[in-house]
Amino acid sequence: MLHRVQQWGGAALLAALLVLQGAAWVPAAEVNIYSYRQPFLIEPILEAFTKETGIKVNTVFAKEGLIERLKAEGRNSPADVLLTASVGRLDDAVEAGVLQAVRTPTLERNIPAAFRHPEGLWYGLTMRARVIYASKERVPRGAINTYEDLADPRWKGRICTRPSHHPYNVALLASLIVHHGVEQAEDWARKVANNLARKPQGNDRGQVRAISEGICDLSLGNSYYMGAMLNDPDQVGWAKAVYMIFPNQDGRGTHMNISGAGVTRATKHKAEAVRLLEYLSSAEAQSMYAQGNYEYPVKPDAKWSPLVESWGRFKPDDVDLTKVAKLRAEAVRVFDRAGYP
Amino acid sequence: MGMTEAAAARGVAVRWRRPNGWVLGTLLIGALVAVPIVSVAVLAFVPEGDLWWHLVTTVLPGYVFNTLLLAFCVGMGTLVLGTGTAWLVTMCRFPGRRMFQWALLLPLAFPSYILAYTYTDLLDYAGPVQASLRALFGWQSMQDYWFPPVRTLSGAAVFMALVLYPYVYLLARAAFLEQSAGVLEASRSLGHGPWRTFFGVSLPMARPGISVGVSLAVMETLNDFGTVDFFAVPTFSVGIYRTWLGMGNAPAAAQLALLLLVFVILVLWWERAARRGQRYHQHDSPLEPLAGARLHGWRAGVATLACALPVVLGFLVPGAVLVEYALGTSVEALGGRFLGIAANTLLVAVLAALVCVAAALFMCYGVRLGRRRSLRTGARLVSAGYAVPGAVLALGVIIPLAGLDNQVDALMRAWFGVSTGLILSGTVLALVYAYSVRFLALPFGTLEAALGKITRSMDHAAQSLGKGPGETLARIHLPMLRGSMLTAGVLVFVDAMKELPMTLVLRPFNFETLATHVYQFASDELLEQAAPAAIGIVLTGLLPVLLLSRAITRTRADAVELPGGLP
Repeated sequence: MLHRVQQWGGAALLAALLVLQGAAWVPAAEVNIYSYRQPFLIEPILEAFTKETGIKVNTVFAKEGLIERLKAEGRNSPADVLLTASVGRLDDAVEAGVLQAVRTPTLERNIPAAFRHPEGLWYGLTMRARVIYASKERVPRGAINTYEDLADPRWKGRICTRPSHHPYNVALLASLIVHHGVEQAEDWARKVANNLARKPQGNDRGQVRAISEGICDLSLGNSYYMGAMLNDPDQVGWAKAVYMIFPNQDGRGTHMNISGAGVTRATKHKAEAVRLLEYLSSAEAQSMYAQGNYEYPVKPDAKWSPLVESWGRFKPDDVDLTKVAKLRAEAVRVFDRAGYP
Repeated sequence: MGMTEAAAARGVAVRWRRPNGWVLGTLLIGALVAVPIVSVAVLAFVPEGDLWWHLVTTVLPGYVFNTLLLAFCVGMGTLVLGTGTAWLVTMCRFPGRRMFQWALLLPLAFPSYILAYTYTDLLDYAGPVQASLRALFGWQSMQDYWFPPVRTLSGAAVFMALVLYPYVYLLARAAFLEQSAGVLEASRSLGHGPWRTFFGVSLPMARPGISVGVSLAVMETLNDFGTVDFFAVPTFSVGIYRTWLGMGNAPAAAQLALLLLVFVILVLWWERAARRGQRYHQHDSPLEPLAGARLHGWRAGVATLACALPVVLGFLVPGAVLVEYALGTSVEALGGRFLGIAANTLLVAVLAALVCVAAALFMCYGVRLGRRRSLRTGARLVSAGYAVPGAVLALGVIIPLAGLDNQVDALMRAWFGVSTGLILSGTVLALVYAYSVRFLALPFGTLEAALGKITRSMDHAAQSLGKGPGETLARIHLPMLRGSMLTAGVLVFVDAMKELPMTLVLRPFNFETLATHVYQFASDELLEQAAPAAIGIVLTGLLPVLLLSRAITRTRADAVELPGGLP
């Protein structure tokens, strides 16, 4: 009797589940992504992937909390792939134990070792340089060459940046900690804070806009914003007021960050997930991805977009990105102590 | 016969004194709402070494100062704007009054961060305002003139007050409408002028509603991240995000969120303590419609201007900016997906409104029946979750829901060898649950204030007629609460429609609401691409706002008709 009740109860529950969840728990030719990158950036390439492979792609985009969601959902999480916009998030995911190691010859051939996790927990997909934007009118070429130069008092009241806690600024400072140690990095942060023209606000484009309006002469920003601004009729004027400086070319090179992806530990579509990563690392997808968002492909022989190519080749800082990721908390503290808002 | 009736009445009385179903139900709802808050507390229960020392010696004092100042400014701003306009449109007659009755609600439809974006674009150096000023006066650069900077604490306070004052307006207006003309006339006949009647009689009688409205506005200010982040005002919620995302330290962020919560609870407790012992029962029903003093000359002009200002600044100007942006984008920016996105938005917002109002009504009534202080305190505590930043509360929802799902899954695997996977996590139900937890404060505060104004002699009369609590609620209280329930429902609807951080994290795959669609562009300050969906939010929010306004105006008419319809 009890057994029958259990059976019927189980059947009823299952029916209810089917209604609630659709047939999501039945493996099908699909791949589910938790994405920290905006849909409009990745949709074209995901559509191309579906067209080529017939694998349907489902996404959830959020700027925070996806790793926590993955962790809480545990082995039943429906997510197969985690897509992030910075190396810090990739490291967070590793720390949370939500990714699994994946190694295939294709991935290892396409993505240089510096841009992937040593055990294959994550793979970098695109790179961006954190460059200095300088006013064409007010900053002569060659006047500033390194991140360290930003601390020079001659730039007092002439620098704009976004708030210090933004991941891109945190990663840059973390790389300075790797290269110079905490004390020097703090000294640098304090001096740059003293050089700020205004309270940090807005995003990287906003700083370039401020240069075009004469509020400041120098700013920090990711390289792809130059492309984005040049292709926006309202912003092209801002972009035309500045030129880009790839810092530290005579030394360690320009600070780079990566966007990347990993296969989740809970995946129920591992084959499809791996297929997606391999596709994203392929020459075709790499140039498409990089061209669409003016980023740099990680695959060395993938074509750069003509615009990005016009900015010239440069020397990237090849510091261990995992080290940078691990120093983020320290970097935020350094910013706090330095009084960099 | 007389004996049996007395016995029956006694029996009813006994049942009333131990209304177990209601109390248990209230406890159950309270527990469901408390789960995410408790989860945040559990998450916070990890020692963080020297982090607190670091925070206290560096950034924390600034967070606290900015937060207090911002909350105070927004609180005062909404109090003055909301109460003042509500008084004018309810008690005075002046040109445009009928239109302002509903138009004053319009800013409610704007997410505050959208208002922040549009005004920044308008008032920035390169914006049309400063550009025209420069052209007009021949100024060359910023050095030639002074213009108030937009991205400051005062800027944030102004724009948040402009979006949030409708909370106070709604509740103050409902309270003013319920006031009987008799009481006000008594005051006037004692020789008190209109101002003295307002400050001495009307305002104190409306205080429960107004203070609920202001506290909702202040809690919304405390949990806001989008606006303060955009204006670069380092408040507590910015600190929470900085600690969580910058330092990758979720437990410390949860500790900060709890600290914020404790602060809110203390303030709410203090406000209630300040009016403890005061009762706000309406002893006579508002039988006569309020005549309303007719304003003439400059007074009428000032009244019209005072009501027009918040509507123009909080709705028309930003609305016009958005429309201009939207005209610049191609229609395909939204494409055929717009209807689907709007349908999703409506679905979750309507569900949230229904669930929230029903739960709050049940709780308020359970508290009223239970007559236990612990019950009431508990119910108020859980509704303070409104002050917790959404993204943190989302963690508090994810963790227990997924935990439950995984437990069920483990059981089902053990019993039937079948994996059920995640049942609730990542579904629309989870989203509705999260909204209900977050927004319960809106209907709870509204209904508690309204129910408190219904004298208990009503309950006793129904009781003596042999009616049980359920029937009394349905036949006595519900008709009297209808306006407040509508108000509460629309507040939840509009807030759920605009909700962002929880929706982003908790939603199912491929599930877009208007707010999330706006956000993917707005987060990159790509306002033009965001404009069509932002207009969608405003339009979708308008309809219920207008319906609500009609319904509220009608409650007064109903109240007048009530005596004939009394059972």
